[in-house]
Amino acid sequence: MHPIRKKRLTIVLFLIAGIAVAVGLTTYALRQNINLFYDPSQISAGEAPVDVRIRAGGMVEEGSVLRDPESLQVEFRVTDFSASVPVVYVGILPDLFAEGQGVVAMGKLDGKGRFVADQVLAKHDENYMPPEVADALAKSAKDRAEYGAKYGEGSSNAPTY
Amino acid sequence: MWQIFHKLGSPKWFFGIATRLMPWLLAGALALLAVGLVWGLAFAPKDYLQGNSYRIIFIHVPSAFLAQSVYIMMATAGVVTLVWRMKLADVFVKAVAPVGLVLTFLALFTGAVWGKPTWGTWWIWDARLTSMLILLFLYGGAIALDRAINDEKSAARAVAVLVLVGVVNIPIIKYSVEWWNTLHQPATFKLTEKPSMPAEMWVPLLLSVLGLYLLFGWLACLRMQTEILAREQRTRWVKEHVLARRAG
Repeated sequence: MHPIRKKRLTIVLFLIAGIAVAVGLTTYALRQNINLFYDPSQISAGEAPVDVRIRAGGMVEEGSVLRDPESLQVEFRVTDFSASVPVVYVGILPDLFAEGQGVVAMGKLDGKGRFVADQVLAKHDENYMPPEVADALAKSAKDRAEYGAKYGEGSSNAPTY
Repeated sequence: MWQIFHKLGSPKWFFGIATRLMPWLLAGALALLAVGLVWGLAFAPKDYLQGNSYRIIFIHVPSAFLAQSVYIMMATAGVVTLVWRMKLADVFVKAVAPVGLVLTFLALFTGAVWGKPTWGTWWIWDARLTSMLILLFLYGGAIALDRAINDEKSAARAVAVLVLVGVVNIPIIKYSVEWWNTLHQPATFKLTEKPSMPAEMWVPLLLSVLGLYLLFGWLACLRMQTEILAREQRTRWVKEHVLARRAG
């Protein structure tokens, strides 16, 4: 390769490396601001500010959704499977909101560890499947649970179906 | 090896190759896109949670994928422009920047249309969406900078530097969903694992992605040919080519 071109190539590579380092350090320093939401572990560890508008995100805990029959108020717990935070919300929930699904809620912590949300967004995961497959999976999980209840967990001579 | 590389840089040589390649690229693109899109939009099973609205993935994912690939190609061409001062690399950058801009816009737009029924919002400033918006501005900036400088050579170098500076954004887009908490879900396709969707969904998606690649190849050839004719209009081979076309 021609020496001038070699020199130019070195300059270009240094340019890219320098920018990469600069941007890397900046985003690393700003990582808490780039994160869209606090997860329940961070909130229960006291890392999230109280009475400031923040977002909280995680899974809606199974069996935790309580709907007020008189109003649009909903209470549920958001969990990341190591900690969970109670959320209160008044309003219409997105269609995909369900127990066991991801959500991102916007609102404030009220100082008593409760998250008062004014907006709830559904977070979709990367899994896609046809309804029949989802039904079959749910059915086989149910069958397995029934079988487990009947013959005891971990039975080694379980029939295969 | 260097000789082939330098021959590649000859606009006249490229013009001939492109003319021969283009019918194949177009035929392949139309065939793959027709199969992939009709299969995906009409026959693939619906999703158990989202119903039919997930079908936007067959347009959203290919355009988002291409938007990033095109940028990487432009950055590679930018290095060639800066180091080897090859005219053809600059022709490529200039020809494909608007295509990349349209693809990025398409990805953002289809994402917003999907986000409203799925998430409950058109837009959110999470890391994935924001870095994709920056990509749109980078494309726009490259086009604007090229138009703003009259001298062809200075414009080529300035645009190449801008495109290279922006290339750090590509890994940020790709890994944003893993490095930070985002509303956007992680990738369904991973190089190392099986895709987290059944084959009757991912096969049409893959066909659409490949089809869009070929369509991009065809568009790039077409736009590069036009740019070459405009730049080389004073050379003999272009005059002969135009006369031959007019006669034939």
